Amino acid sequence: MRGRSEILATAARYLMPLLIVFSVFLLLRGHNEIGGGFVGGLVASVAVVLYMIAEGVQAARDLLKIEPRLLIATGLLIALSSAVFAWVVNRPFMTGLWWKYPLPVLGKVGTPLLFDVGVYLAVMGTTLMILFTLAED
Amino acid sequence: MSLTLVALIILSVLTAGMIFTFIRLLRGPSLPDRIVALDLLVTLLIGVIATYAILNDQSAFLDVAIILALVSFLGTVAFAYYIERRV
Repeated sequence: MRGRSEILATAARYLMPLLIVFSVFLLLRGHNEIGGGFVGGLVASVAVVLYMIAEGVQAARDLLKIEPRLLIATGLLIALSSAVFAWVVNRPFMTGLWWKYPLPVLGKVGTPLLFDVGVYLAVMGTTLMILFTLAED
Repeated sequence: MSLTLVALIILSVLTAGMIFTFIRLLRGPSLPDRIVALDLLVTLLIGVIATYAILNDQSAFLDVAIILALVSFLGTVAFAYYIERRV
């Protein structure tokens, strides 16, 4: 391996928080406007990939702390749990339920948002698993 | 001048720039030339999207421009990484 670039590492350090904030913004705005879990997950994985290019694969794995495979599983589980909520109140499976009172920052909260969070984690896990595997060759 | 006329002039200038950049992308003698051309092409595209957002009064298009800028930066960095590994 060649030495790490200090310029890129510094740029990555400032760009990463920006990318993660932007990805969460896309995730939360997603239901009625442009954005959503898929794009948010892609932007979040771009943040980690930038760190991976700057500092190496092992550093990125240490930063993530959780295996990408586990991220996919958690995301799918959250997405499934959002569908089950409708059964509790005697409605058909996967009915979208919204909480009546909007929260200050998040806006309206409901099962579609939970589903989007699941998609976010699954997309992030898939992208990172592919790119980590490719970069380790 | 009306806003539409200004936007049309800007769009035509940007399109001409994109055509010349694309010629550089096709001909570019070396790989770094092509990568810089690709980066410039995306930058011009961001300008086109911003102009289009102003022309149609649609702020949603600007988010596309932001994502494109971030992703193209990553793409250029990845290409540079690849070149460095090759030599």
